[in-house]
Amino acid sequence: MMALPDAAGEALLEVEHLTMRFGGLVAVNELSFVARRREITAIIGPNGAGKTTVFNCLTGFYTPTVGRLALRHPRRTYFLERMDDFRIAQFAGVARTFQNIRLFPRMSVLENLIVAQHNTLMAASLFSVAGLFGLARYRHAERAAIERARYWLEKTGLTPFADDDAGSLPYGLQRRLEIVRAMCIEPVLLCLDEPAAGLNPRESAELNRLLLAIRAEHGIGVLLIEHDMSVVMGISDHIVVLDHGSLIADGTPDEVRSDPKVIRAYLGEEEDELPGDVAADFGRNHGEGQA
Amino acid sequence: MEYFIQQLINGMTLGAIYGLIAIGYTMVYGIIGMINFAHGEVYMIGAFIALIAFILLAKLGLATIPLVLLLVLLVSMGLTAVYGWTVERIAYRPLRGSFRLAPLISAIGMSIALQNYVQVLQGARVKPLQPVIAGGFKLIESSAFTVTLSYLQIVIVVLTLALMAGFSLLIARTPLGRAQRACEQDRVMAALVGVDVDRTISLTFVMGAALAAVAGVMVTLYYGVIDFFIGFLAGIKAFTAAVLGGIGSLPGAMLGGLLIGLVETFWSAYFTIEYKDVAAFAILVLVLIFRPTGLLGRPEVEKV
Amino acid sequence: MRPGATARLAGAGMGLDLPLILKEAGLTALVVFALALPLFGFRTVDSAGGLDVAYRFDWVAAAVAVAFVGRALLVAMRTLGGAQRARPGEGLLARAGRAFYRHTTWIGAAAVAFAVLLPLLPFADRYVIDIASYFLIYVMLGWGLNVVVGLAGLLDLGYVAFYAVGAYSYALASLHLGLSFWWSLPLAGALAAGFGILLGFPVLRLRGDYLAIVTLGFGEIIRIILVNWYSFTNGPNGISGIARPSFFGLAFSRSPGPGEVAFHEFFGLDYAPVHRIAFLYYLILGLALVTNLFTLRIRRLPVGRAWEALREDEIACRSLGLNPTNIKLSAFAIGAMFAGFAGSFFATRQGFISPESFTFIESALILSIVVLGGMGSQIGVVIAAFAIVVLPEWFREFQQYRMLVFGAAMVMIMVWRPRGLIAHRDPTVRLHAGGEAGR
Repeated sequence: MMALPDAAGEALLEVEHLTMRFGGLVAVNELSFVARRREITAIIGPNGAGKTTVFNCLTGFYTPTVGRLALRHPRRTYFLERMDDFRIAQFAGVARTFQNIRLFPRMSVLENLIVAQHNTLMAASLFSVAGLFGLARYRHAERAAIERARYWLEKTGLTPFADDDAGSLPYGLQRRLEIVRAMCIEPVLLCLDEPAAGLNPRESAELNRLLLAIRAEHGIGVLLIEHDMSVVMGISDHIVVLDHGSLIADGTPDEVRSDPKVIRAYLGEEEDELPGDVAADFGRNHGEGQA
Repeated sequence: MEYFIQQLINGMTLGAIYGLIAIGYTMVYGIIGMINFAHGEVYMIGAFIALIAFILLAKLGLATIPLVLLLVLLVSMGLTAVYGWTVERIAYRPLRGSFRLAPLISAIGMSIALQNYVQVLQGARVKPLQPVIAGGFKLIESSAFTVTLSYLQIVIVVLTLALMAGFSLLIARTPLGRAQRACEQDRVMAALVGVDVDRTISLTFVMGAALAAVAGVMVTLYYGVIDFFIGFLAGIKAFTAAVLGGIGSLPGAMLGGLLIGLVETFWSAYFTIEYKDVAAFAILVLVLIFRPTGLLGRPEVEKV
Repeated sequence: MRPGATARLAGAGMGLDLPLILKEAGLTALVVFALALPLFGFRTVDSAGGLDVAYRFDWVAAAVAVAFVGRALLVAMRTLGGAQRARPGEGLLARAGRAFYRHTTWIGAAAVAFAVLLPLLPFADRYVIDIASYFLIYVMLGWGLNVVVGLAGLLDLGYVAFYAVGAYSYALASLHLGLSFWWSLPLAGALAAGFGILLGFPVLRLRGDYLAIVTLGFGEIIRIILVNWYSFTNGPNGISGIARPSFFGLAFSRSPGPGEVAFHEFFGLDYAPVHRIAFLYYLILGLALVTNLFTLRIRRLPVGRAWEALREDEIACRSLGLNPTNIKLSAFAIGAMFAGFAGSFFATRQGFISPESFTFIESALILSIVVLGGMGSQIGVVIAAFAIVVLPEWFREFQQYRMLVFGAAMVMIMVWRPRGLIAHRDPTVRLHAGGEAGR
């Protein structure tokens, strides 16, 4: 199962035997995979395959029924299945975005990015007490936070909108803002839940560039749930395919694309009876992503 | 022992009344996911309408008690239902899709407004009513204590059970009940498949108000005094009952009402009467902290 | 609004659709008739043989007529006005609003200057200053609750409990321990904040509406305890003879006790009761301004931003590593602390407190100040407190309608202007300097 070709990064996240049951429903079943540093790992699968549930387990919103989620930091390992959601973000450094965007709509774009640096600023301001008296220590920290925000705003072309309410941004920009807000907590693992949903092709291409830049310049691992094959095939280093909560394929884009189980999962059981052009369509889609 | 049995009877009667109010909370919560803070006030209005109807019928010289009771029930249920409908139409319907706290604040405003509306119109003084249904059975007679089961208590419990049964049938069997359950599950989807969501929600408020009116009639008869403020505490206790039973569940509301009625009665009987209201609040807090789904409720999975 | 109405509108062009108007007005009148008949039409009156009813059918007729005509006019305006309905008025309001926001700093400064000078103004007699300090208590309470409701988005219906804790802790501390006002003030704040944490710890993870009802229950529990714990609180009779504050040890009395120096003696003034009233006024003004400055400041700090973020989206907060319990607790405790300060001021101003002053109505009053003013807006609170506390003093004959009007106003504000009178929010930090002026 773990016999991946020797990849660029060392193992960052090791998911072992992850199982999540809701009452009688098994949403995720005995899932194991590895995500590496400096890699984009995509989790794909038909609707209801349990992808978002995996994210919710990873980020502590659900407590897995069974399984180990080990996040390897250079000096220590965090076992995410035992941690509270906000501690996972704060200490283990796992950031996420949501399928239906969750910004702070009535706060400005800049404020959104500064709230994400809450824990750093809290420490610098001695739980805001120093800030209350206007100590220099806090002013420096706030300036640094603004600078970090500025860096990400410029990277995503959001600078002109910095002082607008986040809720007033167009949809595509909201998606981008949510991603950079997650980056502001300085994560080691970034989990993106369908970041390309609802984007037009141009925005989608910009998203690809942003994700590649994050991987290249920040050296973190990215986990990606996505239906848009042009994104998945275009930028992922490694793809994990789920169906009905179980792992059905795990490998490079090329390996996954030609895996009969994957095609069957996407196109239905009677793959042979499908008209040829549908199967061809599927293949072409993949090809496009590669280009 | 005799004392205990008497308290049991009293507690169950009180519990039946709380249960009827609790159904209104639970149904509204089930369908639109909000606490209808004004529901206690609707119950209070039901009691006032009942009071006025009793006096009017007495002035007309109507003395057949079953007929009087039936008429008062019908009048109170009907007119209180209009109040329930109006509250929803004015204070809640325009707020669908507004921000999170809006319906809640509107409900609190409605509650304050209704309370003072009745105070302004009917005066702040306590309103007494001559007993309409008197007498009862002496169950156990001993030298120390006599256990009585009054006719009124029988009427209250029987009426409550009958209403509950009828109501459960309504929800389980009729198209309206089906529409209601559909709206509970998914309002958008229900609308897409042709359920008139606005109408269903309105009818839920109407039904809840009618049941609260029955509770109002009962309380007017049982205690013989009402005032404009009774809705506040009764509302909180009935809400506690709904939470205790598992909010969203009809049998839960009834069970919760019964338990709250019993706890309150026994608390006043065996501990101190001064702190009986604290008992209900304490239960509310404890249930919400340790078992927020209540006794019969289903767990809610957080949508992320 | 209604699908039927718009469909007809499209069909009939801009003309008046009389049958539609009559139908809608008729229906409304029918509903109002059903509403008004029992409670308008009959009034319960005490009589020799128990309760009797008097008739007021003229009221019912009036209510039905008003409903019919009102609804008819409304529908007519809707059909006639069509798309441009109410636009000019709204534009005017928006423009006035924008002008207002641009100058908030100036308006605030002017208001503070006016407040400081008020006791020196010619029309400011004893009564005016007294009302003004009463008004400032509510402004302070409104600002305190604004932290909890407006910033952190936690609906607290038991806020008055913390006010009561503050009032009783000063009253009891001065009575039993002989602590002066200035020593009791921090004590009262700390105790109230402690109660806030005590209550908040178990309940703050509850959903918004559950939290509301639990805080309501908590407020009632505190009041019931105050009523029933005779040995400690003197029950419903309350505590009287609470020590009045002194001006750095100078008492405000005509004939000070042995070893005391009176304020008027020290400054060589004639004794005047207005001295104390003015002093109390400045005291609450100072407390209120501290509350305001603190809130304005903390909004720009990590904690304050976290409060607002939590109000916007708790799940997003958790995903960013914000500990929701701690953040809510801090809002709760700080809000409670200000209520505690206000409570001790209330106790010292009145000289007498009883559980009567700490009912749910009081919580509702403070909440409506915050809601009407615009949640999160500091100036809004002042305006709303004025409307809710001072105006009814002028129209005393309408006192009994006061709560009725507040309740109705809360509903109407939620329906028409859910963000309150002052809905504007300025970002707490800007990337581009002076951004707003350019637009």
